Amino acid sequence: MGKFQLITKGLIKENPTFVLLLGMCPTLATTTSAINGMSMGLATTFVLILSNIVISAIAAYIPDKVRIPSYIVVIATFVTLLQFVMQAYVPDIYETLGLFIPLIVVNCIVLGRAEAFANKNSVVDSALDGIGIGLGFTVSLTLLGVVREILGSGSAFGFKFIEGDGILAFVLAPGAFIALGYLIVLFKKLTSKKAE
Amino acid sequence: MAVQSSFKNMTICLLAICLVCSGLLAGVYALTKEPIDAASKAKNEAAIKEVLPEEVAKIEEERSIEVDGVTYTYNLAYDESGNTVGCAVNVAPVGFGGPIVIKVGFKVDAQTGKNLVWNTKVLSHAETPGLGAKCSEPAFADQFKGLDPVAKKLSVTKDGGDIDAITASTITSRAFTNGVATAVNVLSAIAGTPMLIDNATGASSTEWNAPADSTVTK
Repeated sequence: MGKFQLITKGLIKENPTFVLLLGMCPTLATTTSAINGMSMGLATTFVLILSNIVISAIAAYIPDKVRIPSYIVVIATFVTLLQFVMQAYVPDIYETLGLFIPLIVVNCIVLGRAEAFANKNSVVDSALDGIGIGLGFTVSLTLLGVVREILGSGSAFGFKFIEGDGILAFVLAPGAFIALGYLIVLFKKLTSKKAE
Repeated sequence: MAVQSSFKNMTICLLAICLVCSGLLAGVYALTKEPIDAASKAKNEAAIKEVLPEEVAKIEEERSIEVDGVTYTYNLAYDESGNTVGCAVNVAPVGFGGPIVIKVGFKVDAQTGKNLVWNTKVLSHAETPGLGAKCSEPAFADQFKGLDPVAKKLSVTKDGGDIDAITASTITSRAFTNGVATAVNVLSAIAGTPMLIDNATGASSTEWNAPADSTVTK
């Protein structure tokens, strides 16, 4: 697999949200608006890239039986670092995402990539994999956020273009499932056509 | 791919990873502590400024007062000649999804004794997005701007008051309004003069010597 493919596969072939269906908890919870979805995606990408790099570098020295706790400690460290830095320098975004940042630790995408990719591949490849999967996650969350914001609040990225309320259900939990379901259908339809 | 596990190398490995990680975290914590404190302080000050009238020149350090067994914090504000012109009270009424932390600013006129609710700001809340979360939007929150707690009754219209609730979010509106009423009570306690229409009974007493407690049900 070429280096470039490592990045692009995260967008379509192994898209974490629409194909692998990983990390559903933050996906459903944070995509109430496009900005929230995008910030969550970027925060996860940051953690994913760094944890992939570190884990691929140290994987060879970690005894097999304690690899999962080791990975979790590494991931949790990066998440906490991210939390401190966001709190200090971008308090506004931290306030919106605050509750969900600690959840990145248990986001199955991060541990999933560590276990499925980073511990068997080189540091460079793992970094590229982190970038690819992270971008895929960010794009998917932004997309879902845009859809929910347009339907639910009549705005996109905070710009209001329809007066009034929109369909409130799309901002709430049920709308998250419905919007995600239809986006997956759409995604499958588009990608299956491409394959033929 | 990985090393054969033995008791010794598992222990050493985990110990090493945890040591490095906690060292790293301690370092970054020390580095970011100052900006984090500064950011939260700046945010608090900006919120105080936002809810107080323009003539405020100096904001005092936070003080606290106990009203009806609950401790509230507030900041007094002075104009250039040192007269008290404003007061920002922090209240946290319980809404639909948890406490709604609100800063309520008052324009205080010490000479006439007439105090107005100047502005309100929601600092944090867990209300439903699209419904109760609208309590910080102008359509609802602007009703409290310049409100005279003596002339208007601080409860939602459904309960016979003067505040229009947010559509489909009566619980949030009620909590918010109660919060403002609590703030008025706190201000009464600070100033030593009661200044609220009795919420519980609905009696619109404007007498200044009416009891300050017994008014707000939380």
